[in-house]
Amino acid sequence: MDAERLEGILSKYEGESTDLIPVLQDIQDNYNYLPKDELKVVAQRLNVPLTQIYSVATFYTMFSLVPKGEHQLKVCLGTTCHLKGGQRLVDSIASRLGCDVGYTTKDGTFSLETVGCLGSCAQAPVMMIDDKYYARVTVDKVPKILKLYQK
Amino acid sequence: MPFQKLADQVKAPTIEEVGLYFNDIFVRAPMEYTLLQAARANGFEIPTLCYHPDLPSEGHCRLCIVEIGEAPRTRLVNSCTYPVEKGLKVQTHSDKVMHARRIVLELLLARAPHAKLIQDLARDHGVFETRFHIDDPEELCILCGLCVRTCKEIVGVSAISMANRTPEKQVTTPFKEASEACIGCGSCAFICPTGVIPYTEKDGIRTIWGRNFELQPCKVCGNYIAPKAQLEHWARLTGDPVETFFVCRDCR
Amino acid sequence: MPKIESVDHLTEYRRKLKASRDPKQPVVLVCGGPGCLPLGSENVAAAFKTAMAEKGLEGKVLLKTCGCQGLCANGVKVIIRPEEIAYQKVTPQDVPEIVEQTLVGGATVDRLVYHDPASGTACAHKGEVPFYKGQDPIVLRKLDLIDPESLDDYLAVGGYRTLRKVLFSMTPEQVIDQVERSGLRGRGGGGFPTGRKWRLARQAESAVRFIICNGDEGDPGAFMDRAVMEGDPHAIIEGMLVGAYAIGARQGYIYVRHEYPLAVKRLRLAIEQARDFGFLGDNILRSKFSFDLKISQGSGAFVCGEETALMASIEGFIGEPSPRPPYPAQAGLFGLPTVINNVETWANVPEIINMGPEWYAAKGTENSKGTKVFSLVGAVNNTGLVEVPMGTTLRQIIGDLGGGIKDGHPFKAVQTGGPSGGCIPEQFLDLPVDYDSLQQVGSIMGSGGMIVMDNTSCMVDVARYFIGFLYAESCGKCTPCREGLKQLKYLYEEITSGRGEMEHLKLMEDLCEAMSSASLCGLGQSAVNPVRSTLKYFRHEYEAHIKEKKCPALVCRPLLKYTIDPNTCTGCLACVRECPVGAISGIKKEAQEIDQELCIKCGLCYETCQFDAVKRE
Repeated sequence: MDAERLEGILSKYEGESTDLIPVLQDIQDNYNYLPKDELKVVAQRLNVPLTQIYSVATFYTMFSLVPKGEHQLKVCLGTTCHLKGGQRLVDSIASRLGCDVGYTTKDGTFSLETVGCLGSCAQAPVMMIDDKYYARVTVDKVPKILKLYQK
Repeated sequence: MPFQKLADQVKAPTIEEVGLYFNDIFVRAPMEYTLLQAARANGFEIPTLCYHPDLPSEGHCRLCIVEIGEAPRTRLVNSCTYPVEKGLKVQTHSDKVMHARRIVLELLLARAPHAKLIQDLARDHGVFETRFHIDDPEELCILCGLCVRTCKEIVGVSAISMANRTPEKQVTTPFKEASEACIGCGSCAFICPTGVIPYTEKDGIRTIWGRNFELQPCKVCGNYIAPKAQLEHWARLTGDPVETFFVCRDCR
Repeated sequence: MPKIESVDHLTEYRRKLKASRDPKQPVVLVCGGPGCLPLGSENVAAAFKTAMAEKGLEGKVLLKTCGCQGLCANGVKVIIRPEEIAYQKVTPQDVPEIVEQTLVGGATVDRLVYHDPASGTACAHKGEVPFYKGQDPIVLRKLDLIDPESLDDYLAVGGYRTLRKVLFSMTPEQVIDQVERSGLRGRGGGGFPTGRKWRLARQAESAVRFIICNGDEGDPGAFMDRAVMEGDPHAIIEGMLVGAYAIGARQGYIYVRHEYPLAVKRLRLAIEQARDFGFLGDNILRSKFSFDLKISQGSGAFVCGEETALMASIEGFIGEPSPRPPYPAQAGLFGLPTVINNVETWANVPEIINMGPEWYAAKGTENSKGTKVFSLVGAVNNTGLVEVPMGTTLRQIIGDLGGGIKDGHPFKAVQTGGPSGGCIPEQFLDLPVDYDSLQQVGSIMGSGGMIVMDNTSCMVDVARYFIGFLYAESCGKCTPCREGLKQLKYLYEEITSGRGEMEHLKLMEDLCEAMSSASLCGLGQSAVNPVRSTLKYFRHEYEAHIKEKKCPALVCRPLLKYTIDPNTCTGCLACVRECPVGAISGIKKEAQEIDQELCIKCGLCYETCQFDAVKRE
């Protein structure tokens, strides 16, 4: 466990128990998941039971206990996107990547997720790769978009 | 009722009390009571599943619901947390309440069909079978949270908690591994209403939540007292040397 | 930016700011809202920068990226002020023409403005476009006026005027009174009278109180809060300053869902600007009132839109709601009196104070005052955000503003209020929209999502979708919601897979009765709305799925059959490549065939085929 790397995150906070979720968010962003050893240190430092951390880590979908892929692929399955064929888009991407929803591709490039609503309903179907939005994504546009990120 | 009024004038309450109605009957209850406490203190029975007087109530099971207010503006609330209110009209067994309780029990029967407590409670409410789909017939946990709350509030070590949301919600130790915080006391198994927490004892070892605990025998009579880890926990709490706890209560 | 130490200092700053700006100076505002951003606003803005520089217009014409301009279906939108020329569907390739013809030449580019579909008339100015004509924006008003990253822009349009009024000439009691008289009700969906909520919190005995802005907009189909957080963040801060003063809070939180990184960025910047300028912190403008704001980010849980779950999340716990009482106004965050209001509610506050409660109360209906922002999406022509007075009818919103149903399909239903809302059929199109009327027809206002559906939607599938969504988001604490949603999900799967029975409908109705009355929080209680409303108004669709094992709208996969028409198929093999289970086979350049045993009815072949050779029945 890289103590210095974790310290870099923890030192930004006062060490209160209410810092728990922001700390976990930082660790998730930095490490791409929540490593067990790091969580044990967080429990001690913030004086929070490990059980609370585990509950929080498994309750909120942002957190992952296993490493996520290099790129987060989120396909919107909000109502409008669903009505505009969002599920077909998800199936097509899953099939192409050989990876189920909620999992990461074997080569670690993509993690595939569905999300409730990205807030761009007028441009359904919508998907996000990391911080970038893709609008009106139909099945035929998928290969080109994926290529931008594949090594 | 004239005698009631006279009696009220004569009686001098020592604690501040509030007057309310259960099933149209007027009762008094201390101001800080919940509807459940007030009901039980006055002889009105309300069924519960996740309630325990020594644990904080959180409103999980919804079996203790009662109907409050006056028609047509009534609603169901869980009596285990709702505070008494002056003049409140409470119905503990109205049609709406009974229908909801039956559905709750029918749902729980589908979740844990072999849980004896659920079967008994359901039968008491006229529910003999469930129309709902049964996923796992061997499931016994009804997610009442008594074990979690006991471990946190009474034992004070918080070795187990609820993981995930609805689709996979379950009671577990962190990372589903043997918990370092667990002291093997078995309080969770003791409080569990459906007997779902596995716990075995053999050859001086208690096994619970995937961990083996060495049982400490009494230095005098040789009977097992409790896991050594639990006695060490008590020693930490009281500041006394751990050997103090190596003599059982009967032998002191 | 300087630090403003007093009201006089602020007045002076405003004067100087006004003097430095020419109200007649042309400004190009490129929409950077949730609809246009994915369509390439940044590229359009960059194209403007280049083209304007080439024509030597830098300094003469201002260029800004603003918030959501509303008509998202026609993005990327550009508005040119002061004339308010409204361009739509602008691509970077169109920009040089706009610069040449409009900025230099003073003429409009006809092909880039809205044309009335019936008459063909060009609506070159914003005020001529029916979508905008029918609106009465209060919350959305500044979105196409200012650069959301500029505090000066916000000040220049009158921002933070309330501070002088509230901090120096009103008592907290007077502020609460005004908000009460305005009739403002919670815009997040609860509809609780805002003034009353503030009063309860103020009355609660405590030295410490908190205010929170609920920016956890989780309803799929709703993005109005996102537009305000990204496009007019200072309006939220200003509203919260007023609220904090009114109830006596020193600390506020803005809770933003994790899926809105740009909103977090803009709010962070706005808070920093406000702090540096002197609007947040100790002894604001020497009024002796101190207040500061923190941002708290959600971590991916729809249930955290519920007040008590939201507060648990800020405290570092899982987002499980708690039974009420106690209400947040009595004991909320950290057990202390807390006022939680939605983004849109806070954004309404400054104007209520500026213009007076009577002005606000003059809009709307008897019990629902003011305006409401709706996200009008789905099968309408003009999808986007609209703000109308309460009491506007569904027909006016969908027809006049929305431009009617797309592709001439027949209207089927409009779903309001997100997953907790119901589906409203054609017979209620003349319903004046307000909190009470929507409830009466089995739906709710919710956060203002308005999803229009045409005959290509299956109402059983719609209900199934919402139950699936709620099942995944349900916290799992209470029995009726956790087990009830699980059972409803199972029943919907049976019905949409051809294994449904009529008794299932009775079972669903029984279950809904208990869920709506006994669930701990609103998620479980209102999960029944999509089920009940579709059962009530579209029962015939359920019966078709059960009795005939057919989906009339051709949506429910297990009940569909895909075949390839041998006369139309060219044998291009595009569908063969797309099929995830290899169910299509045949010789290249000859008609392909779908093996019905292998087919999983995903519909990918149907969507891929360019020749319409795949048939669906």
